[in-house]
Amino acid sequence: MSTETASREAEPQLGRPTDTSVPPESERIRMVLAGSDGRPRRAGPVTASVTYGWRALLKIKHVPEQLFDVTVFPIMMTVMFTYIFGGALAGSVDQYVQWLIPGIFVQTLVMVTMYTGLTLNRDISKGIFDRFRSLPTWRPAQLVGALLGDQVRYVLAGVIILAVGFVMGFRPDGGAVGVVAAFLMLLVFSFSLSWIWTMISLLVRSEQAAMGVSMFILMPLMFASNIFVDPETMPDWLQAAVEVNPVSVVVTTVRELMAGTYDLSSVGLVALCCAVLVAVFGPISMFIYNRKS
Amino acid sequence: MIASSDAPAVQTDGLVKRFGDEVAVDGIDLTIPRGGIYGVLGPNGAGKTTAIRMLATLLRPDGGRAEVLGHDVAAEPAVIREKISLTGQFASMDEDLTGIENLVLFGRLQGFTSKGARARGYELLDAFGLTDAAKRQVKKYSGGMRRRLDIASSLLVTPELLFLDEPTTGIDPRSRIQVWDIIRTVVDAGTTVVLTTQYLEEADELADRLVVIDHGKVIAEGTPSQLKSQIGSGALKMRVAEPSDREQAARILGETLGADVVREADPTALSARLSTDSGASAALLALEEAGVAVESFSLGQPNLDEVFLALTGRPQPDGADAAPHAEQMQETAR
Repeated sequence: MSTETASREAEPQLGRPTDTSVPPESERIRMVLAGSDGRPRRAGPVTASVTYGWRALLKIKHVPEQLFDVTVFPIMMTVMFTYIFGGALAGSVDQYVQWLIPGIFVQTLVMVTMYTGLTLNRDISKGIFDRFRSLPTWRPAQLVGALLGDQVRYVLAGVIILAVGFVMGFRPDGGAVGVVAAFLMLLVFSFSLSWIWTMISLLVRSEQAAMGVSMFILMPLMFASNIFVDPETMPDWLQAAVEVNPVSVVVTTVRELMAGTYDLSSVGLVALCCAVLVAVFGPISMFIYNRKS
Repeated sequence: MIASSDAPAVQTDGLVKRFGDEVAVDGIDLTIPRGGIYGVLGPNGAGKTTAIRMLATLLRPDGGRAEVLGHDVAAEPAVIREKISLTGQFASMDEDLTGIENLVLFGRLQGFTSKGARARGYELLDAFGLTDAAKRQVKKYSGGMRRRLDIASSLLVTPELLFLDEPTTGIDPRSRIQVWDIIRTVVDAGTTVVLTTQYLEEADELADRLVVIDHGKVIAEGTPSQLKSQIGSGALKMRVAEPSDREQAARILGETLGADVVREADPTALSARLSTDSGASAALLALEEAGVAVESFSLGQPNLDEVFLALTGRPQPDGADAAPHAEQMQETAR
């Protein structure tokens, strides 16, 4: 270039700024980068999962409205179903409460599990999902951690239902021990069931789609069960479906535990359901998670 | 570690990614040296982001090979993730959380203790001028602040290689210049930066070397000035003092340079693309002899818009490309 650029023609916003208020920042950034003491030791699977769980709790702190589904919704369900169906189905509201509360307890928690999937779907549609996946952490931690964080929501929903039930006359024979045992078992089941929603959220493109597909699976799981009524009046084929429905297995066991009748075989069956759910949907979810584009 | 420290930052060989029938990345061969800023330039949908996501171990290649810092992306993704950071195209922060909470979250996931993550987070917020916004939710940040926080979280642990996917898309010019300064500082500290952009002047401003990608293929590679010289030696721009002299000046330029002279919107301005750089001084002399008062006369390298036009046969990809499309959409909506 013999004739050097006489003037790099004024390209308004493209050239260097004329005011020099920015550069001091560079010096500080340089120091911060130099001051990095190298990479800390990799976060273990537990630390990473707990950190993601902590994130879920922070989101509750900043957006408390999201607790609507685990506070107002359970109260509404309990009150509504008891008074609407009570007289017709069990002869009296008092009797129906004893039957229904364990069912509603399971039903509400199972419904609330669906929201874990929706949060995940929202993450995927934003850039944060890529950042999470580019980190050198145990990969399932994001999913496991979100599910752990959601346990807080489940506990809240469960406590509210039991409190409302108690006010309405629910008196479990199993006492506090039975109720706590049933509660813990249900929390484990909710965690396990959530892997289905996790898989769905990773598969579908939008939050609405995730909700739609989840509802499609959830509705038969809830109604083709012994939550609301004794299946004896149902046609045979439906009774067969109700029997193998894991939700029915859980409801039966919760009723037993709350009634103080400990049957190891039904607890074992629930444990088996949980193990199968995690063993099937966990790896499928991770497979999709790793290949998500 | 020792064996891989001599390896280039990125080396790809026939890298391919398909989404269904569409080939997003169509056999890219690339060697990105360590140090400095490497620009990946191309229009929307050219395959830049897909290529970056494969290199950042987020997508598995469908064909070819890619090594990042000497490690194969398919065989050793976990090792690569320890050495790189990625700042995605869309702000990759949790918008419900505050600035410091985001940094603590990512710091913890990088292996810092709670206390360590908090301390490191505040250090970075301070350096990036975000201390005042530490306890504000990210959804209340401006676009420029988000970008800075985004880059800060990529630097919690200084990466060997930092991928920035369109770091200045959608932010105001002042913030853009701030981000440019940040990127230069990060490179000075020894990190290799690979950045994608659809802004030609951004690649020109920042990149030491760059690759131009279109339809998933490499269409040019080199330093910005090498690319510019590929399409001729430069552009002449001049202005006459009096608009009435312009026609005469245009005629003189045309004769002495043998080039097409463009009459700009400004009634005093003329420009011409030169195939060689000889003749410019003769033209200036001829203008003087003809008594044309010249206000400015400059010879510069062509800008990357012109490079892109020459390489792809299509006009500049950003803006100009999107507008007719938007019109079309409206048409069909009616």
